[in-house]
Amino acid sequence: MAPGAPSSSPSSVLAALLFSSLVLLPAQAIVVYTDREVHGAVGSRVTLHCSFWSSEWVSDDVSFTWRYQPAGARDAISIFHFAKGQPYIDEVGTFKERIQWVGDPRWKDGSIVIHNLDYSDNGTFTCDVKNPPDIVGKTSQVTLYVFDKVPTRYGVVLGAVVGGVLGAVLLLLLLFYLVRFCWRRRQAALRRRLSAMEKGKLHKSGKDSSKRGRQTPVLYAMLDHSRSTKAASEKKSKGLGESRKDKK
Amino acid sequence: MLLLLLGIIVLHVAVLVLLFVSTIVSQWIDGNGHTMDLWQNCSTSSLGSVRHCLSSSTNEWLQSVQATMILSIIFSVLSLFLFFYQLFTITKGGRFYLTGIFQILAGLCVMSAASIYTVRHTEWHDNNTGYTYGFTYILAWVAFPLALLSGFIYVILRKRD
Repeated sequence: MAPGAPSSSPSSVLAALLFSSLVLLPAQAIVVYTDREVHGAVGSRVTLHCSFWSSEWVSDDVSFTWRYQPAGARDAISIFHFAKGQPYIDEVGTFKERIQWVGDPRWKDGSIVIHNLDYSDNGTFTCDVKNPPDIVGKTSQVTLYVFDKVPTRYGVVLGAVVGGVLGAVLLLLLLFYLVRFCWRRRQAALRRRLSAMEKGKLHKSGKDSSKRGRQTPVLYAMLDHSRSTKAASEKKSKGLGESRKDKK
Repeated sequence: MLLLLLGIIVLHVAVLVLLFVSTIVSQWIDGNGHTMDLWQNCSTSSLGSVRHCLSSSTNEWLQSVQATMILSIIFSVLSLFLFFYQLFTITKGGRFYLTGIFQILAGLCVMSAASIYTVRHTEWHDNNTGYTYGFTYILAWVAFPLALLSGFIYVILRKRD
């Protein structure tokens, strides 16, 4: 290479970037999502959710494994396994006949339900998903707390009351304005039809129309007294609008 | 007319200030050396030098009191904005229904918050030591009739010039 030439061209920089992104960033990785904490009451059941994201399509060989590590213990035991479309439930251990598979690999859901909770179920549950050929990835853990009575989380009641009442009030207002708008539109349509009829009568008779003209306001008044007076005052007040603001 | 308008606005702002003080300062219960409000529990040591503050319990009733106090503030502020909006856009002879409704709702919310607190406060604090109701508790009860009064005034007020 000539001494004065640049050491790298744009195309080679691009190639280097592409190569490094393929090697340094894992193109194939599986990411597992679970809740962080789950609260349950003694004797009831609790759902342990597990979901995953994979860069590959969900194959038929997808497998889910749930492991349980009791609180304060060092070892984790495997309590549930799902492979090749077949769930395998613990039949000899502490979770004998208490686990139910409610997940669906097509929907990327690997959740299980534990029935009849007991205080000895306190601990950490790990969800492990393998989706061949995408097998490298982190597992996710969820900690189960078993109480006598499940305490409400802070802010749930607060948010529910504030949101609920505000939403109800807004909905009522919206409904009210909608009904009023529809009613006003119907009134305007009726009035237009009446005026059209009156005009037709004037054409037919061809007589002194001033009398008929004087009669039409009476007809409106009989139809709807309050609206007509409001409409009349609206027309009057629009002219005085500016002076009203000045006075205030 | 200007005097009436000013008086109504002063009343509304007074209600708003009462609601804010009652919610934020909220010394609803005063024991000896130990005050409790909606958001935290503060106690001074016997020497009077150290003050410990813990956040309040997560009892559902306490949360509902907090929620209704916040709701009353929201309704009162909305009512103030609506009043100014309706003042300039309503037709002559029109009534400030919306403003009045929101202010009445605020008053009802304060009443329900204070009532729930009165009935259920033993669930989240021990009344072994003597206690009395703090000044902001009184303010909340004072805000309730004032808010209702303000709301009714808005409902019967007519825009005229």
